[in-house]
Amino acid sequence: MDIKLKIWRQKDAADKGKFETYDLKEVSPEMSFLEMMDYLNSKLISEGKEPVAFDHDCREGICGSCGIYINGRPHGPERGTTTCELRMRFFKNNETIVVEPWRSRAFPVIKDLIVDRTSLDEIIKAGGFISVDTGSAKDANCIPIPKNNSDKAFDAAVCVGCGACVAACKNSSAMLFVAAKVAQMGLLPQGKVEASIRVQKMVEKMDELGFGFCSNILACEYDCPKHVSSEFIAKMNRDFFSSKVCKQKVI
Amino acid sequence: MKEKNLTNKKLVVSSLSRKYIMAAAGLFLMLFLVMHLATNLLLIIGDEGKTFDKAVDFLTKNPIIKIMEYVLFAGFIIHIIIGLMLELYNYKARPVKYKAPMRSEVSPFSKYMIHSGIIIFIFLVLHLFHFFFIKLGYVDLPETAEHGKDFFNMAIVTFGNPLYSGIYLISFLFLGFHLKHAFQSAFQTYGLYHNRYNKFIKIIATIYALAIAIGFSIIPVYFLFFYNA
Ligand code: HEM
Ligand code: FES
Repeated sequence: MDIKLKIWRQKDAADKGKFETYDLKEVSPEMSFLEMMDYLNSKLISEGKEPVAFDHDCREGICGSCGIYINGRPHGPERGTTTCELRMRFFKNNETIVVEPWRSRAFPVIKDLIVDRTSLDEIIKAGGFISVDTGSAKDANCIPIPKNNSDKAFDAAVCVGCGACVAACKNSSAMLFVAAKVAQMGLLPQGKVEASIRVQKMVEKMDELGFGFCSNILACEYDCPKHVSSEFIAKMNRDFFSSKVCKQKVI
Repeated sequence: MKEKNLTNKKLVVSSLSRKYIMAAAGLFLMLFLVMHLATNLLLIIGDEGKTFDKAVDFLTKNPIIKIMEYVLFAGFIIHIIIGLMLELYNYKARPVKYKAPMRSEVSPFSKYMIHSGIIIFIFLVLHLFHFFFIKLGYVDLPETAEHGKDFFNMAIVTFGNPLYSGIYLISFLFLGFHLKHAFQSAFQTYGLYHNRYNKFIKIIATIYALAIAIGFSIIPVYFLFFYNA
């Protein structure tokens, strides 16, 4: 298949950046989106041009590095897949594909399609951990955890921290990411101790970093490659509310 | 590199707390709309506003309602101010916009809350001129009014004018849009989410939004087409 690509090119953080158009012929529908980008880059290199910079690592949907905004959707048109898992068969022959980096005040562009997602790490640093030493792996079932809770914690923990929620949100809000991290720990006994302090610290950091406010549009849930549910946002709203009402002091 | 990310501004009132306050004000306004609609529908029961006048009389003499009037004003102001601040903040949270139109599938009403909100606000100002300010004596009733300054006559004068009736009807349409998302959004804001009940909440939201929008629309339609003095 043949495609036309409109790709955001930006030399570095200071550069203004602009879109460049590339015609790419004989793209195999079996290629992943990133393989198609590799193919494009090999052509650019052979023509002596600068290849397009994009983030990637595992290429199997588990690391969350590959975030590209494709045709108006983070990770492209197919739900529940990361960019590296997206296949070219989801595009039409001769389609024009607009390829952009995540756009958010909290994610400045480093180069081309690569953005700096340090903000998400900053939020984790603010409270996404358990302070006590939980020791080495224990025997299964030596800490009793209701099945429901462990399942829910896992549903939250599938978040790969790619930032698609921020990219999809009209408001650039990081609520789904933060909520998943808050829930993943707060639902388990080891994390419960600090749960209300954690939620306050992580929300405070999220605000400080300049992410937008949630208005419950739920584009994040729709476009999350891991189908993290907005029920965790509700849970965070609930947890934050009760931690404020109970006046839990943040230490 | 790290520092550049930070806006380094701690919010005095956190994003979530602002949403709680906004939703509380919004829910109060939603309750008010029910009361307002219930009394207003008395205008069209065909007794030249007699029952309506009695109801208004009862309400205006009630000290609790007097206090609630101030609460209502506060509710509107708080809701609107936080709404505008939120929208501005969110606009700035994405300094460079996307080129491709955003295609994530979401409820269309949810994306346009500020737009429907601003339409409601403009309507609100007009509405205060038509009714509330006349009652307070800030604005004179047009001379076409045959009788005294009661609300029933104001309704005849206002809604007899197709332009005003049209503006009211359009505003109610957007009010309905606002309420459809507002209702379910407020539940989410307070963390009331449950897989079993979410469908139910959405159905109630639709029913509420339709009831309010249609309910209020009946009144101008009645005065424009069906009322003969
Ligand atoms: C009778 C009038 C109104 C009622 C009953 C009402 C009710 C509500 C409710 C319950 C919400 C949901 C809050 C939440 O998500 O937690 C909401 C959201 C909103 N309202 Fe209103 N509202 C009214 C008028 C207005 C006006 C005049 C504005 C003007 C600017 C406005 C702007 C907004 C905005 C921007 C949101 C979205 C907030 C967000 O979730 O980000 N509303 N409204
Ligand atoms: S490269 Fe790891 S998730 Fe796509």
